[in-house]
Amino acid sequence: MSEKLLMKGNEAVAEAAIRAGCRHFFGYPITPQTELSAYMAKRMPKIGGTFLQAESEVAAINMVLGAGAAGARVMTSSSSPGISLKSEGLSYIVGSEVPCVVMNVQRGGPGLGGIQPAQSDYFQATRGPGHGDMHLIVLAPASVQEMVDLCYDAFDLADLYRNPVMILADGMLGQMMEPVEFENQPHRELPEKSWATNGHQNRRPHNVINSLYLKAPELEAHVRDIFKKYETIREKESRCEAYLADDAEILLVAYGAAARLCKNAVKMARERGVRAGLLRPITLWPFPERQLFSHTEHTKAFLTVEMSMGQMVEDVKLASQFRVPTYFYGRTGGVIPTPEEILEQILKIAGGAR
Amino acid sequence: MASFLERAGFPKPAPKEGRTTERLAVVAGHYGSGKTNFAVNLALHLAAGDGWAERFGLVREPLSVTLVDLDIVNPYFRAADAGELVRAAGVRLVAPRYAGSNLDIPALPPEVGQVFSADCRAVFDVGGDDAGAIALGRYAADFERAGYQFLFCVNFRRIETRTPREAYELLREIEAASRLRATAIVNNTNLGEETTAALVRESLPPMEELAALSGLPVAGVTALPGVAAELPGALPVERHIGVPF
Repeated sequence: MSEKLLMKGNEAVAEAAIRAGCRHFFGYPITPQTELSAYMAKRMPKIGGTFLQAESEVAAINMVLGAGAAGARVMTSSSSPGISLKSEGLSYIVGSEVPCVVMNVQRGGPGLGGIQPAQSDYFQATRGPGHGDMHLIVLAPASVQEMVDLCYDAFDLADLYRNPVMILADGMLGQMMEPVEFENQPHRELPEKSWATNGHQNRRPHNVINSLYLKAPELEAHVRDIFKKYETIREKESRCEAYLADDAEILLVAYGAAARLCKNAVKMARERGVRAGLLRPITLWPFPERQLFSHTEHTKAFLTVEMSMGQMVEDVKLASQFRVPTYFYGRTGGVIPTPEEILEQILKIAGGAR
Repeated sequence: MASFLERAGFPKPAPKEGRTTERLAVVAGHYGSGKTNFAVNLALHLAAGDGWAERFGLVREPLSVTLVDLDIVNPYFRAADAGELVRAAGVRLVAPRYAGSNLDIPALPPEVGQVFSADCRAVFDVGGDDAGAIALGRYAADFERAGYQFLFCVNFRRIETRTPREAYELLREIEAASRLRATAIVNNTNLGEETTAALVRESLPPMEELAALSGLPVAGVTALPGVAAELPGALPVERHIGVPF
C-alpha cells in the first residue's frame, strides 16, 4: 500500500501496531480512544491475532504483562482515567522487565473529567505512573503520520530496553483525520528474547518473570540494573524537533497538539517581526534536556504552552537550569488554546523583554 | 455480485420510489467521508437559495431550513461545532442536547420529530457507518411518510471504503441499520489539505462502479473550492468542520 489514505489518529496507530507485528491487544473502551480498540476488534480476528475486551483496565494491563512475558508484541490503549487504573500493572511490567506499548489518548481530568482533549497527564506519564523507582519511555506525536512512525518505534524501543513505552497523544490527535502512509517502517537490530517464558523445550533452564524481591539488597541491585538502562536511554533516545529555533529570542516549548497550535503562533509572531521559535519534545521521557539547554545561549525567554495547568514547564525550568526566564500559558479541562491567544502571550513577553 | 447481507439471506432492496423533490435530506456514510462538512454546506446553500443544492432533489420553495445533528457516536468534529455559523445564516440547528459537552450520552433531542410534520426543509447529518445510522432507524416510519432523499457520501481515500465493493457493502449495512434506502451517491473523495484535482479524478472510475453496483445515480462530486475550480462540474464545498490549526 503506497497510496496515502485519510485516517483518524486512533485508527492509524492501530494499523501501525499491526504492521509492527503486534498480534495481541487487550483493552477496555473509553472516549476519545475507542476507535483504536474498535479497529483492533475488526482487524485482529482477520489476521490470526487476539483482540480481547477485558472486564476492566486492571485486567487488560495484566493480560498485557502475560503476553509480553511470553515474548509477544502486545499493546493496550486507554484514555486518562483508564491509564490511572493501569498504573499498578505498568509498575509490575517495569519490575518484570517486560516490553509492551501503551497508548494514552488524553482527556481532561482530574476524576472522570471530560471527554475533550487535554495534556494534563504529563506528570503521570513521565514520573511514573506506577509505584516504585520506574520510568516509562514516553513518545509524543504531533500528527497522524507521526502517530504511525512513533508507533513503529515504540515496539522496537520496548523490545530493545525491555520496558513499557507509552505513546502520549490527546483527544485531538486521536480523533482528527490527516493523510497518512505506512511505508518506511524502520528496522532496528533487536536482541533475541531469550528471557521469554515461551517454553524451554528441554533446551534451557526455566525462565522466570517476576517483580517480587524480598531481600532488600537483591531488590536494590535489580532496580540499579533497570536504572543503568535508563541512563543509556537518556543518552541515546531523547529527541525533539526544532522549528525556527536557532535565532529565536522567544522559544516556545510545546508537544503534541499544542505544538501544532504553537507553530501557527510562531509564524504569526515572525510576520510581526518577533523572532519566535518552537522546540517540540518528541520524547517526553527522556526529556530532551541537552537540546533545550543549548538554546539558553541565545534565547531571551522560554514560553511553555500546554493543554494543562502547567506540568512540562517544570522540566523546561530544570533543563534550562533557570538560566533564562520561563513563562507558561495553558488552557485545561478540554479547552484548546487558539494560535491568537498564544501570539498574545508571545507579544506580551516580547514587549516586556525590550 | 450480491452484497454480504444479500448472501446472508436479506433480499436486495427495490429502488426507492417517490417524488423527485423532497423536503428532507439524509446525509450518511463512513466516518471521515466528509459527510458532516457536506451536510453543513448543503444546509447553508439551501438557506441561501443560490441553486447550489439543486441537483440533490430537494424542494425549491423558500421554506425554512433545519440542520439536524443526529451523530450520537462521535464526540468530536460534529455539525453542532458549526452552530454559530449556521444560525447566523438563518438555519435552525437541532442537536443532541449534550453535543460537544462532557456528558457523553447518546440521547436524541425531541425537536427532531418536529421537522417531519412542520413545513420546513431539513438536512440530517448522521453518525458514521452502520453504528451511526442506527439512530436514523428510530425515524424510519416518519421518513417514509414525509418522503426523503438519502445521500450516501463516499471518500475512496478512507481506509474502509477504498474500493467500490467496500463502499457498496457499507452502503448496504447503513441501509439495513437505518431501515431507509439510499437515493444518490455524493463523491467526496479527499485527502484533507493534500487533495488535488488528479486525486479526485482517480476516484471517478470507482465512483462509476459503485453507481453500477448499487443502481444509484451520482448526485455530485464535491471538493474544496481551489480543487473544484480545476474540475469541470465539481461542486465546491467550504471547509466548516476541522482542527483549529
